[in-house]
Amino acid sequence: MSRESRPEGGLLDAGLEGLSHNFLTGTLEELVKWARSHSVMPATFGLACCAIEMMAAGGPHYDLSRYGMETFRASPRQADLMIVAGRVSQKMAPVLRQIYDQMMEPKWVISMGVCASSGGMFNNYAIVQGVDQIVPVDVYAPGCPPSPETLMHAILTLHQQIRDGELTRRPGHGAGIVIEQVGAPGSTPVALGRN
Amino acid sequence: MTDEAAQDGAGAEGSAATPAPEELFGAPLTRSGGQLVLHPSREQYPLLLRTLHEAGYLSIIDLTGVDYLTHPGRSGLPASVAPERFEVVVNLINHRERARLRLRLQIPADDARLASAIDLYPGTEAMERETFDMFGIEFDGHPDLTRILMPEDWPGHPLRKDYDPGRIPVQFKGAPANR
Amino acid sequence: MTTTHDTPTNLAQTDEGAQELTSRDVIAGAERLRELGAVLRLSEAEALDAELAQAPDEETMIINMGPQHPSTHGVLRLMLELQGETVLRCKPVIGYLHTGMERTGETLTYLQGPTNVTRMDYAAPLFTELAFSLTVEKLLDIEVPERAVWIRMLMTEMNRISSHLLFMATNGMDLGAVSMMLYGWREREEALRFLQEVTGLRMNHNYIRPGGVAADLPDGWRDGVLRLLDMLPPRLAEYDTLMTNQPIWRERLQGVGVISAEECLALGVTGPILRSTGYAWDLRRDMPYLAFDEVDFDVVVGSYGDCFDRFAIRLAEIRESMKIVRQCLEKMPKGDYRIQDKKVTPPPRARIDESMEALIHHFKIFTEGFKVPEGEAYVSIESPRGELGCYIVSDGSSNPYRMHVRAPSFVNLQTLPHLMHGNLVADAVAIISSVDPILGEVDR
Repeated sequence: MSRESRPEGGLLDAGLEGLSHNFLTGTLEELVKWARSHSVMPATFGLACCAIEMMAAGGPHYDLSRYGMETFRASPRQADLMIVAGRVSQKMAPVLRQIYDQMMEPKWVISMGVCASSGGMFNNYAIVQGVDQIVPVDVYAPGCPPSPETLMHAILTLHQQIRDGELTRRPGHGAGIVIEQVGAPGSTPVALGRN
Repeated sequence: MTDEAAQDGAGAEGSAATPAPEELFGAPLTRSGGQLVLHPSREQYPLLLRTLHEAGYLSIIDLTGVDYLTHPGRSGLPASVAPERFEVVVNLINHRERARLRLRLQIPADDARLASAIDLYPGTEAMERETFDMFGIEFDGHPDLTRILMPEDWPGHPLRKDYDPGRIPVQFKGAPANR
Repeated sequence: MTTTHDTPTNLAQTDEGAQELTSRDVIAGAERLRELGAVLRLSEAEALDAELAQAPDEETMIINMGPQHPSTHGVLRLMLELQGETVLRCKPVIGYLHTGMERTGETLTYLQGPTNVTRMDYAAPLFTELAFSLTVEKLLDIEVPERAVWIRMLMTEMNRISSHLLFMATNGMDLGAVSMMLYGWREREEALRFLQEVTGLRMNHNYIRPGGVAADLPDGWRDGVLRLLDMLPPRLAEYDTLMTNQPIWRERLQGVGVISAEECLALGVTGPILRSTGYAWDLRRDMPYLAFDEVDFDVVVGSYGDCFDRFAIRLAEIRESMKIVRQCLEKMPKGDYRIQDKKVTPPPRARIDESMEALIHHFKIFTEGFKVPEGEAYVSIESPRGELGCYIVSDGSSNPYRMHVRAPSFVNLQTLPHLMHGNLVADAVAIISSVDPILGEVDR
């Protein structure tokens, strides 16, 4: 519709006829999910080798800011995505869970690299065999370490999940996982998160 | 004594085939692929460190432990040294002479303790804590002998050979299906 | 909606008890002395008197920094006692990345070993592989071919360049020079491109193995090296303009975090921290391994032992490494890239197609591995962070009986109380950054 033929007064005076552009319709849920998927703010949760690749992904060559992802937040309170980049040790596990609990809903987790996803090659006393035992994971990125391209793919997969998924997912109860160490003499059950 | 002993060691280098046990700084000496290894007793250790410090070995570059529980038999020990379950291995460096020296100390399993080297070599603080954490060898005189790598309430010493290397089983309880 | 982050149970889970910095009332004098960083500076009694006179307990505050903190280079946790803005005591709490690699190394064969150790120092993975391989070769008593030696030198020096570039990036980022971070990453990508061309991976290469290297240099490798050598000098000049000669940068680093050579030696500290005090000690020159006695390079030293010296040394070492790389280009000999010893080396791929024995041999080497004579050895090299040593005890089987890595960062971290004492808390980040710890190597 050309400028000349448009009725004067915009939406209020002329109704829908008054609009020529900047016009979208959709369900509220779709719009919220669309907005969410384009402003995911990751927390800097670098642990090991993968953290270097995560930083490289934010660097000039791979340029993560193309996806609206470059603002890595130092405080978990300001972040809604935790990229667990590296192996999670038994000593780090409670810390990781505490940081996850501090993040605001809605929140997502990417498990970056095989160590975070399954313990990788370090199946021993020190490493938690998969971070999904501590926090719920949305996307697993394979590789040791995953190249920045793999991380980007994981992030885009997550964006897709956010757009396609439910709007409200975890109604305020965290993951509700209780972890207990078995077989270790004298150990007490460790309850992580909320019961 | 220091100079004499050093000369002894240097002199013996030419005639390595002699069966007489070599000594350096008053402790039995062996060679492992060209590297000098001393085998002092636990009682000798603090005094030996003082001698070595005066002789120019200013840095302990590495201190670690070995658990020989399942080892089929060591050939590197001199006859006068009785093998024990644990060994503490100390690597010293003499920057001026560009020389290295390794100490292998035998530590019995029923009395796993050793004098701390921290007075002369403050850099052993973290290494001794790590050896304590991993092997349970206690260092007398260490100001802060706590675990360094494992969590504070961890049971056992992971690098001991009778410690299970495998993963610690983790069980899920009451994880609701929320996805 | 309730949050749980501040409930007592949750706090208790992250508590590490005596490993943490505790109130001065409950710990003994010797431990306080260490946390003050007063070793070699004051006598014990003097230190305690001075400390008490300065700051009564109720005027100080213990703060916790990390293990999840943007400027602690991974999962380092520091506990600082502050009086106002001044750091009185400092204690690093480590172990948050303890991976049990020394234990895992006992279950892997010598051929699989580099896969494991390469994940320790993830900014300079080739160095740990090199230390491990040299130790195994010492136990096996074999000499690798000359080409393999020079390939190893070329690759590790390229890796040193990329590691120091990473330091430039993170050091800039920690101090708020974000453009420096972008520049550092940009150049590091170029260095990684060459490493990827040769080894197939950007990090954790598993390229240097006992007996040589995994593969020969690919066609056109010279162009890749020359491209980098031509590209870097103007970029390093840019760094000089941006950082070295810039008053703000100098102001923030000069005189911050000073340590003396005596303290470094007593603490067993090596690498750029030791060299920043003016003590010229570089294993490449002083106890040469590979063929470093045949190349010409300078050992760069500082004079004040402060953060600026450590930054400048690393920048200068990039240039020295480029010098070595250039000489590697000229002197690269022809020949085998791995030892032709049937015991250690699998047969070439082409032989497997035509010979049953070669296939069996190949299979046995990759499943059982090769046996290493009983004994023990310690070999050390100069990594970008200092002396990197590997101690292996063999019991005659195909797995190491005990594998220990002397990690430079682990020892260098002990300087933190010394560097921090008396500095402002705002400088703490500069000091951590200038020590350049890699936590994977600290905790192993």
